Parts: sequence; C-alpha cells; structure tokens
Amino acid sequence: MFAARNLLSRAAGGSLRKPVVNVPRVTAFQSLKIQQKNYSNGGAKDYTVREALNEALAEELERDEKVLIMGEEVAQYNGAYKVTKGLLDRFGEKRVIDSPITEHGFAGLGVGAALAGLNPVVEFMTWNFAVCLSSNFADAPTDTDQDQMQAIDQIINSGAKTHYMSGGIQPCSITFRGPNGFAAGVAAQHSQDYSAWYGSIPGLKVVTPWSAEDAKGLLKAAIRDPNPIVVLENELLYGQAFPMSEEAQKSDFVLPIGKAKIERVGKDVTLVALSRCVGQALTAAETLKKRHGVEAEVINLRSIKPLDVETIAKSVKKTNHLIAIESGFPSFGVASEILALSMEYMFDFLDAPAQRITGAEVPTPYAIGLEQLSFPDEDLMVKKTEQLLRL
Amino acid sequence: MVLLTSLRASFCVGVARARLLPPPSTARYFASSVIARQNAPMKQPPHSDSVLFPGAVNSKFTHELKFQRPQDLPAIPTYRLIDTHGEVVDKSREPDISQELALKMYKDMITRADKFLYGMEIWSLHLSGAGNANVSAGEEGIAVGSAAALAPDDVIFSQYREQGVMMYRGFTLDEFMNQLFANKFDYGKGKNMPIHYMSERLHMIPHSVGAAYALKLDQSSRIAVCFFGEGAASEGDFHAALNIAATRSCPVLFICRNNGFAISTPTLEQYKGDGIGSRGVGYGIDTIRVDGNDVGVTFGESGFILYIGIMAVREVTMRARDIALKEQKPVLIEAMSYRVSHHSTSDDSFAYRAKVEVEDWKRRDNPITRMRKWLESKSWWSGEQDQELRIQVRKDILKAFARAEKEKKPALENLFLDVYKVPSRDLEEQMAELRRIIDEYPDEYDLEAFDRGREGL
Repeated sequence: MFAARNLLSRAAGGSLRKPVVNVPRVTAFQSLKIQQKNYSNGGAKDYTVREALNEALAEELERDEKVLIMGEEVAQYNGAYKVTKGLLDRFGEKRVIDSPITEHGFAGLGVGAALAGLNPVVEFMTWNFAVCLSSNFADAPTDTDQDQMQAIDQIINSGAKTHYMSGGIQPCSITFRGPNGFAAGVAAQHSQDYSAWYGSIPGLKVVTPWSAEDAKGLLKAAIRDPNPIVVLENELLYGQAFPMSEEAQKSDFVLPIGKAKIERVGKDVTLVALSRCVGQALTAAETLKKRHGVEAEVINLRSIKPLDVETIAKSVKKTNHLIAIESGFPSFGVASEILALSMEYMFDFLDAPAQRITGAEVPTPYAIGLEQLSFPDEDLMVKKTEQLLRL
Repeated sequence: MVLLTSLRASFCVGVARARLLPPPSTARYFASSVIARQNAPMKQPPHSDSVLFPGAVNSKFTHELKFQRPQDLPAIPTYRLIDTHGEVVDKSREPDISQELALKMYKDMITRADKFLYGMEIWSLHLSGAGNANVSAGEEGIAVGSAAALAPDDVIFSQYREQGVMMYRGFTLDEFMNQLFANKFDYGKGKNMPIHYMSERLHMIPHSVGAAYALKLDQSSRIAVCFFGEGAASEGDFHAALNIAATRSCPVLFICRNNGFAISTPTLEQYKGDGIGSRGVGYGIDTIRVDGNDVGVTFGESGFILYIGIMAVREVTMRARDIALKEQKPVLIEAMSYRVSHHSTSDDSFAYRAKVEVEDWKRRDNPITRMRKWLESKSWWSGEQDQELRIQVRKDILKAFARAEKEKKPALENLFLDVYKVPSRDLEEQMAELRRIIDEYPDEYDLEAFDRGREGL
C-alpha cells in the first residue's frame, strides 16, 4: 500500500487512472444538510462563511470598545475578501484601520496595541497571499511570502511568548485571522497551510473553522480569549453556505476553543479532519456508506491547539480505525501529530495502523491538473478508507 | 513588557480607560488623513511647475538630468549644550537646573556604571548558564537623560541598555538583584535572560507604535517611547515601524542610540548615508541628532523657563515629547555615543577595535565625566563627595546582592504557569503528576530552596 502522502500514490493509483465506476457525488453541503436535520427545528438559516465571520466581527466590535480591526484593505475597500464589509461605516476609522502594505508593521502594531491593553483583530489579506485578487490593483502589493514570514516573527516571538517571559505580568490578547492553505491557481508561494507551523508554538492557540457556525463561534471565542489566537480560515470556503442554527445566530454564541465536533456519527472508522477537508471527509463518508454500508465517524477538529485528543480517542475506542486528513504538507504536520498521539493514547484500540491523508510533498504547482494532484480529494479519502478496512 | 512601574500603571490605565486629562478634541488625534484621501481628488493643473502625482506632492519639475547624491547633502548637525570639558557652549543660555534633580541623575549614572553591579551581571549569567549579558557602559547618559524628560507613565519599550531609564524611574537595586538571581521576587520568575530586567529582547520597534496607537485611541496625555541601537535600524521591522507610525500618526518617540558598533560591525559597514537620522526624514518624521554624551544643562529663554531640562538629551527629549503629544505624530532622536563596553559579556571587542581607541574615548569624552565637570563648575559637587558617593553606591549594591542571594527560588508551580493566561489541560495534568510523584517519593525531593516548598505546587 502506497502511503497516501506520496505523489506516486496519487498518480499511479488514483488521478492518472480512469475511474472504474462513476460514483454519484454528494457535496459536503448536501451531506451537512442531511446531518443537521436533527436541529432543523425552524430557526436555522443559511449563512456563507464570509457572512458568519462578518457577523462575528461586528458583534464583537459592538460588545467591547477595546476591540479594533486592522489590516490591508480592511476599511475602505471592505476587505480583500469582503469579510470586513460595512464595518468601517458602522464603527469608524478609529476602530477599523487600513494599514500600509507592511505585515511586519501592522502585526507588530497590533501586538503593541494588545500589550497596551487593547484587543486587536489583525487581518492578513491571506496567510499566504492570494495574488488572484491583488492583481486587480494597479499598484498590487509586492506579495512575497517574506512579508508573511515577518508577521510570523511578531506572532510567535512577541505575541506567543510575552506572557510567559514576563512571568505572567504582561498578557497579549490579540487575534490574527485570514485565509490559509491553498486556494485556486495561485502557485507555491501562495498555497501554504500554516496549521502545523503555528500549532507547534506554546503560548498560541490555533483554530481552523470549517462551517459557518465554526467560523462565527470560533472567531468570537478567539477575540474574547485573553491569549494570542491564530484563526486559520479557508478562502475556498468563504462563499460556501451552511445552515446556521437559531442559537448560533445570537450575539452571545461562542464555541469553546480546544473542543472538536463530531460532524457525522459512525462506528467503523474515524476520519479526523480540519478546515475544508471536513466537508470532503463528509462526502467521502456518504460514498463509503452507499458503496459498502460502512459508517464512518467524521470529526471536525475545529481547534489545532489545544488539540482535543479525548474526542478522537473516544471515537477510536469505538471504531478501532483511524485516518487523519489534512491538506498541509505531510512532514511534521497536523496529521502526523494525530498519528503520534494515537500511538500514545490509542494503540491498544487500533485494529490496523493509523493512516494519514495529506497534501503532497511538493511545492504547490500552478497548473490546475498538477494542483489537483497535490491535495487530497474525496476519491482519495474513499480509496484509502477502503484499503484500511480491506473492503 | 515595559518598566514594571510604568507598565503596570500604563496597562491599568489602558484597561480602565482612565484619562489623566480631559480628552482633547478628537480631531487632533485623528488627523484628517483618511478623510482628505476621500475628499480631495488629485488633479494635475495644465501649466503647473511642480508635480502633483499622488506619490510625490510639491516636487518641482526640472529639465536638468541629475541624480541626487547623498554625499552632496550636508550631514544632519549634532545638537549639544555642553562640551567635553563640561562647559556650556552657548554662554547666553544660563543653565537653570535644580541641584537635587541633577544629583539624582548623576547618582543613577554612577550606580549603573558601578563595576561590581556589572560584574554581578556577568557572574549571574555564568551561573545561569545563559552566558550572555548586554552592558551599557558609556551610554548611561542617553538612558538617564531621556528618562528624565519623559512623563513617569509614558510607555517605554526598551532594549537591554536602558537600565538607566529603569533606575531613574525607581527600579531599585533589590529589584535588579532579584532578577539576576531569579529568586522568588523576580518578576519574570526566572523565565527571561539575566539583565532583561523587565523586557524581553524582542523586535520591539513596531510594538511601541501599537502602544502609541492605543494611547491615541484613548486620547491619553501619554506617549510611547522606543529605544533601539543603530544596528536594529537595519532590520526590516524598524522600517515597517517608522512607516506605519508616520502614516497612522502615532505619538511615539524613537530614540536611537548610535554607539558606533552593532556587536562587532562598525556603523560604516552597517549603513551608507547620514546615520539613522536621515532615515527618519525619509519617512517624513521630525528628526533631530543629539550629542548623547552631553549630560547636563537647563536653560531659561526670553525671561521665562521653557524647559526644566538638565542636559541636551533631556532637553531634546522633552521638546520631542511635546511634538509627539501635541501634534500626535512620531519623532526620531538619534543620540550619538560611543560604546565603551563590549557588546555583551561574551564579546571581546578588542578583536575588532583597538584598545587605545576605547581608552581614548573613555578619557576624552564620557557622559559621567562631563556631567561631573559641569556639576563641579556649579560648585554642587566635589571630588570628596564623588568618592563618598561611589563608596556608598558600592555598599548599597553589595547589600542588595546579599539580600537577593538569600531569597528562595520561585514557587514550583511556576514551572507550568504563564504559558497561557489559564494553564491548558495538558499543563494541569503535568502539574498534578508532579505532585503525585513528589508525594509518593517525598525522600527523593528537597523542596527547601523553593518558595512555599511542597505547598508551592
């Protein structure tokens, strides 16, 4: 069995081969609708992830005058992805602040403002810069990832460590947010997943929302948390609509940071995923059910740090099979961490070696065919699960 | 993190949004930059003789093809009030200073310059195994001088040569020693390097801008101050910070100690152009260069006292603070000095500069000597008093040393605290496990040295 992280596996065993049978695809959204029937008690409403984030920001700006938003294009332009739409008009230029194109500058300014007692939300146009949008501007920012790396210095060396190094005297309540991971056709320098990078830093908390409810609940929790928090959103999800429960539409809705959510209950295999991969895993689970009658349990991690080992372990106790799914690079990644934890906490319950499905070990290529090969899709998830369960 | 005294105050003020003065008009704090951008479209009139491009306003057109050569421009002059002999340069500006304040500053400088405290810092580093301390000899004047000009609650972002600022603000010898010994009174609980008395050695320049922005939002009557060396000005964050401070009009003082060396790299290899000051001008920031060794004059002007300054650094800092606060914008001060000490305790600077050069600077120009000469010229100070002060300072340091040495180490629980505001579950579990192990094998552990012993966990 080729390890799922190898390009060879994708090419030889998957994408380059003709499909054997055409499986009717259920989209993640459809499968979620099926899942969420249990709380379709009237009040649920469809929200795009973008709308959910916007509502979260507006509610927190409203709630606490110490909250402010800064970043490139966030004010007058309403945000490069329109996540901050309408906030300048509503809250004014003191609290919704356009920055020069200097990640190091405004990330550092944000940390300084947090050290001085404010509660800033710093938006990165993307965690890895999406050229597809900035090229619309005549004076497009020189979007090298060096800028991102500079912001990392501020986030890690200053944001994450100050509370500890000051012996607890100096808190730093700040939220860094923006789209993370690969988008569509933006090549290697703009298609990186930073989950594992930030997930390895003591002092930071890292959340990765998937649905609209995740987005709203986790962003609000991040802003209210007294620690520095990294919110890794996904550009490809911004326009995707999800049902939002009546409870989640309220302004006091927050999700606990560090708790995973079981999106689909199953008994045969545990699929642990984060961000966009959660939707793909749900689709794969529906396919597995149709094909083999297999019930996969899908866990939405929601939070990378702290990581909810307990929920995963409980699930594996029941299913005895584990696959960790992410779109980041394979080495030293979130999936690697989950597999390591499975050795420490779940070894006795596993009937087969735990597997990981990740992005390929290659800088993300530009051409669409190559790009598709570089990241896990629903078919690969189905195939790897079949192999694991010997179906 | 900032000076403990100032930090706590400033942080509390930030949280409580207490205001020291009635808030001035908001217009002053939020200059019309954003509004102007919306309301005034750029137009190039047909026969204009100057440029009206958005990126360069008020530039005259020329038909002469000429490159601007930095060497053709005059260097920014260096402001000083008293010369190396301790004499006032401009006799018409009669010094006007309270004896008490001048002597306090002098005493702070003497204490910071004490060889035993310096030695103690080295020793504590070797003890801790960290092996590196950065020292401030020769630059006492800049730290103490600027501190004397700032308000006690201005937010200071310092590096590791600003012990003088802390001392001026009332950080006691005991507090210095507690940090060096990392005992239970060390505010950092042993989690930071020696001599990083309250601050971590971080890329702090943009943070000061953020703190300044917070003060601006609060319509505070305080400003933020950032100290750094000329070496740090080669880092990207320096440029990011100056640019964003200028564009967002943040009330922050950038005080650069240009001491001639970034570790071993002399300034001539550090940068081209006219020092750090020219960069300030380039970013559209009010800038001044001052003699950082000039430690001592105050003056009255036109019959009334403008500043109760006591030195060029202080005077300049006060004036700069005024601009930053009243006009709500950044100001850059480049204070020229010579680093008499090595960069740090693990540096032997004679590998890259001649000992005679250092000795020459020490003898010829030194802020402490200059200040003493000036004090003596006022008959406020004598050689005898100087001798007495130095002995007393040494005694005080030794006493603080002895006290700090005897104190217990921070409580054991600190092993696990402060990573997050509230310890994560993982850390809680580790703490519980350590408790269990210690309780199960009490004979294996000696917790006497730690504050509160077993109870401290």
